[in-house]
Amino acid sequence: MKNDEAVSLPGHRGWGLLGSTSAHVVLGLVSLIMVYPLLWMVGSSLKPDNEIFNSASIFPSDPNSSAYVRGWFGLKVSFGRFFANSAVIAVLAVIGNLMSCSLAAYAFARLNFKGRNFWFALMLGTLMLPYHVTLIPQYVLFLNLGWVDTILPLVVPKFLAADAFFIFLLVQFFRGIPRELDEAAIMDGCGPWRIYWKIMLPLATPALATAAVFSFIWTWDDFFAPLIYLNDMSSYTFQIGLRTFVDSGGQSDFSGLMAMSVVGVIPIFILFLFFQRLLIDGIATTGMKR
Amino acid sequence: MTMALREAAPAPSRTWATKLFGRDASGYLFLTPWLVGIFGLTIGPALVSLYLSFTRFDLITDPQFVGLANYKRIFFSDAKFLAAMKVTFTYVLLAVPLKLMFALTVAMILNKGLRGLTVYRALFYLPSLLGGSVAIAVLWRKVFSGDGLFNDILAIFGIQGVSWIGNPDYALYTLVALSIWQFGSPMIIFLAGLRQIPVDLYEAASLDGASKRRQFWKITLPLLTPIIFFNAIIQTIEAFKAFTPAFIISEGTGGPVNATLFYTLYLFQEAFSYFRMGYASALAWILLIIIACFTAISFISARYWVHYEE
Repeated sequence: MKNDEAVSLPGHRGWGLLGSTSAHVVLGLVSLIMVYPLLWMVGSSLKPDNEIFNSASIFPSDPNSSAYVRGWFGLKVSFGRFFANSAVIAVLAVIGNLMSCSLAAYAFARLNFKGRNFWFALMLGTLMLPYHVTLIPQYVLFLNLGWVDTILPLVVPKFLAADAFFIFLLVQFFRGIPRELDEAAIMDGCGPWRIYWKIMLPLATPALATAAVFSFIWTWDDFFAPLIYLNDMSSYTFQIGLRTFVDSGGQSDFSGLMAMSVVGVIPIFILFLFFQRLLIDGIATTGMKR
Repeated sequence: MTMALREAAPAPSRTWATKLFGRDASGYLFLTPWLVGIFGLTIGPALVSLYLSFTRFDLITDPQFVGLANYKRIFFSDAKFLAAMKVTFTYVLLAVPLKLMFALTVAMILNKGLRGLTVYRALFYLPSLLGGSVAIAVLWRKVFSGDGLFNDILAIFGIQGVSWIGNPDYALYTLVALSIWQFGSPMIIFLAGLRQIPVDLYEAASLDGASKRRQFWKITLPLLTPIIFFNAIIQTIEAFKAFTPAFIISEGTGGPVNATLFYTLYLFQEAFSYFRMGYASALAWILLIIIACFTAISFISARYWVHYEE
């Protein structure tokens, strides 16, 4: 986006010095309210337990990281295991989503076949469908396949393009790629597979990256599916581990709980730092939910 | 690139698949994973769940057909269903408008050519990105507990707070606050929409002597209605489906006294705590119908208030 940094718009829409100062004061206050709970979370994770209560301060008087060690080993299975489980599931989900959704999106955006409009409308329809409607039969299906307590129910649907949102996102992007490129390739004797692989995918890198980052974050954050499918503690994801920690030791070990909460959002925060522009543009152009 | 392709590909435009199945084949080949998914994981299960909603099913014994019994019980003799509806609708009707108003206000301030736009935008977006995780729900629970951050801040002003999440009168409002805190993504969408409004409209209006207030009501708001509509639909559907914060704050109970019993949480309890799978399926279909009705009404009403440029 070209006009991203504050452009000075014609007179009446801009700010006088007084107006812009007061706008900064308001925005500064809002920023503080927005970020303070997060800073408090980090600060609390570095405080000894007795200091946390009755202290709105975000600065620990004597910062120490012992809560991280305590929290990390706070359950029978360490949070290292949960972290690794979550990472494996999220990475597989990214791969699955990128493969299956880009294949479908290419078909919808570029190939001519009977029934294309019908399938496309059906795909759009599933965007609105609350997953609760398919939840129980899916559970019964995965139970009968013996997949409960494995990562398969969390990963296999991604390889079947179950997150239709990403198909939509990629279709939009593919449609923006000039058709002359495909036509030239067809003249050169390329079939659809080569066009998909050699032209569409390389040109769609920004959209694929957006889809990858969002699917990583959504899978990392997912709570409902792992809650249902993973009962054995060694297979828990980080989110489920955190929930278990709240319900057991977390009540007494407050700073340990805050420490593990911090660890739980670190991967998302890192993605935010590196891909901020990609995420914000992705939201602005496709209207994603968060 | 074209050079490389030219050398490597003599004439594969008719692949084996095209020869076998004609020109539709490659389309369907590309769609295969999605087709397996849509039938195996979406349409098939949705139909099965519709059937299950007319049965009693506990996962162990075969489903027993009971006709409309589940629906009758839900509508006529299920106090918990009523509680869940009340909580969910209160949440949706409070959280969505407040969040959108807040998002629009901040977007409008940011849109007026202020320095540091990208920094503010990133700061406001961060909670929205993190907000779905368990960690943030855990944090929220601690912020609004009896000895949490919120009361510590009130204490500075000499106000004695209560345990907000432990009090049935307030617990739901802490979740509304959590939702408003995540106003970042609708704000970004509003900001993108505000950028689309041509500046000369405002210039013409101020030449004609229209006040800023009048410009807002006559230019900004009407031209923004498609974006408001879009945001309202997306946020409302998400609000109906909210689950994680209520689950974490109430430890899965929906308490205190059902004050945070979100619809999805009730559905979860019926299905996976009591294993009443038929009953939970009926609840799921009612949720679908509520969301569908809401969406339909929104689209019908949109004709009267959403302004589309031709």
